[in-house]
Amino acid sequence: MVNTLDFDTWQALMRLQADYAAAVDSSHWELWPDFFTEDGVYKLQPRENHERGFPLCTLTFDGKASLRDRVYGIKETLFHDPYYQRHVVGAPLVREVLTDGSIVCESNYAVFRTKLNGLSTVFNVGRYMDRVARTAEGLKFAERLAVYDSEMIPNSIIYPV
Amino acid sequence: MNHTAGLHWEAGTSRIPFAVYTDEQLHQKELERFFYNGHWCYVGLEAEVPQPGDFKRTVVGERSVILSRAADGSLHCFENVCAHRGMQFCRQRHGNRKEFVCPYHQWSYTLSGDLQGVPLRRGVRQDGQVKGGMPADFNPKDHGLTKLKVATRGGVVFASFDHDVEPLEDYLGPTILQYFDRLFDGRELKLLGYNRQRIPGNWKLMQENIKDPYHPGLLHTWFVTFGLWRADNKAALKMDAHHRHAAMISTRGNAGAKSDVSNVSSFKSTMELEDKRFLDIVHEDWWGEPTAVMTTIFPSVIFQQQVNSVSTRHIQPDGHGNFDFVWTHFGFANDTPEMTARRLRQANLFGPAGFVSADDGEAIELSQCGFEQKPGHRALAELGGRGVEETDHMVTETLIRGMYEYWRKVMETETVPPRSAASPAALPPEGAAPSLGAARREGGASLHADSGGKA
Repeated sequence: MVNTLDFDTWQALMRLQADYAAAVDSSHWELWPDFFTEDGVYKLQPRENHERGFPLCTLTFDGKASLRDRVYGIKETLFHDPYYQRHVVGAPLVREVLTDGSIVCESNYAVFRTKLNGLSTVFNVGRYMDRVARTAEGLKFAERLAVYDSEMIPNSIIYPV
Repeated sequence: MNHTAGLHWEAGTSRIPFAVYTDEQLHQKELERFFYNGHWCYVGLEAEVPQPGDFKRTVVGERSVILSRAADGSLHCFENVCAHRGMQFCRQRHGNRKEFVCPYHQWSYTLSGDLQGVPLRRGVRQDGQVKGGMPADFNPKDHGLTKLKVATRGGVVFASFDHDVEPLEDYLGPTILQYFDRLFDGRELKLLGYNRQRIPGNWKLMQENIKDPYHPGLLHTWFVTFGLWRADNKAALKMDAHHRHAAMISTRGNAGAKSDVSNVSSFKSTMELEDKRFLDIVHEDWWGEPTAVMTTIFPSVIFQQQVNSVSTRHIQPDGHGNFDFVWTHFGFANDTPEMTARRLRQANLFGPAGFVSADDGEAIELSQCGFEQKPGHRALAELGGRGVEETDHMVTETLIRGMYEYWRKVMETETVPPRSAASPAALPPEGAAPSLGAARREGGASLHADSGGKA
């Protein structure tokens, strides 16, 4: 099993992770779907469900169209108390490089939330379990599963984790 | 002292004093009268504890309890407080056990909550003499865990600290029972998973949210636009005889059709889903005509059927200003893989991040903020009049008025309801102490840092 990357691929993977964090913290939500392949999967799931084999996710999308629907929801339909979010993402642990070149990797993350006039608090902590595909447009998430330890959600999650 | 005496109700229950949401003493009294006496509280689904020895830790009101299945298949519920020194002995949230053992002094209990073992009960033998041990008249039968009465129907489990509580079917009443049985008709349930959220608002606000058919077509743009819940949908609002439980029954109209409700500002006529599968609705035979039935069982649970998404939503108070809201999504054992996938996809609409439910938690948090800043004021619930009656439309707040009619009846009674002889656990006197809520349940500090700018 191959679990090492050449330097250029490693650098591209680091860049993908950093770009993703920067995008979802930027309030420009429309940037988010383009980090995925056309049929890419995004799931946000409590660790409890993941470890007990329950399929329910807090959010589950497959395909960029459904991600764009979520972006529309965030921008136009979901009433919420506005907040900033800030991702801190650890270095990816490469688990496996598949025969088609896609990369199976994991990274820890913490998201802080800051409401207007409020203190910054730890909002959501977990790990990304990713399958990253090599495409003509560079590395994209074929699958990004965010499994969070913070099972007791402080009211709601509106923006992409 | 009658803590409801200071509340000013202008007339009936159409104007609700903010103090019912902000007064900690009232909250203690509510726990006593609604959660610990005279009522059934939701504790889970049988599908969560299918095998002998399976258990689930949950709460009734603010008290930690364990739902357990004994070797003979019977269900039991007992308080998570050791009979010896009071330790909250069970920390796992679920699992399978042959017995429960308190780690502190290894007192052990059967799966039905009876005390079965006390280490060194008969002392130790030293130099031919027995030293120490429990008194000769110590009888383990007198020192079991505090047991709750348990009732199940259609795979749903309720429990009550009050062993004199009326039968579950009487408690629900024939009208609500009909909608309960529509969803839980004895089919085997298949657990799909959980979502948990802590909402910084009074627990009653969640009951009211699902007794309020006024807001879904306004706050929830999603619902309006896709016709899942619109003011002009065919609808009925029903209650039990006490007006404490309710069902909001709705039949989906033609998505996108223009009508009076298109005038509301949240209606977005140009809104189109790129991925239509979010609304890939397939009619199921058991629905009958309604496409959505939202049932509020006072005080502890909401049963959701919104098209193909079904769940229980457990209300777990944590002081007057917070509650935990636990969603258990499920399907049925005979669901096809396609139906399971559909239920999971439609779950995107619900829960703490849902297209339509995330709004509710946010609205509740900000309502609580309003109450806290102006506790002498009152809310208005006069849509559809000031009385309480069942209706064939949704342009009314009658279910909220009904709930407070019941609330007043119970809370304003001078006499404290009798405590059952079978549950002698020493409850704190009403209003004696501020609630410890989740900290008491979870043994840790509660997450109050996010309490809506009040920090």
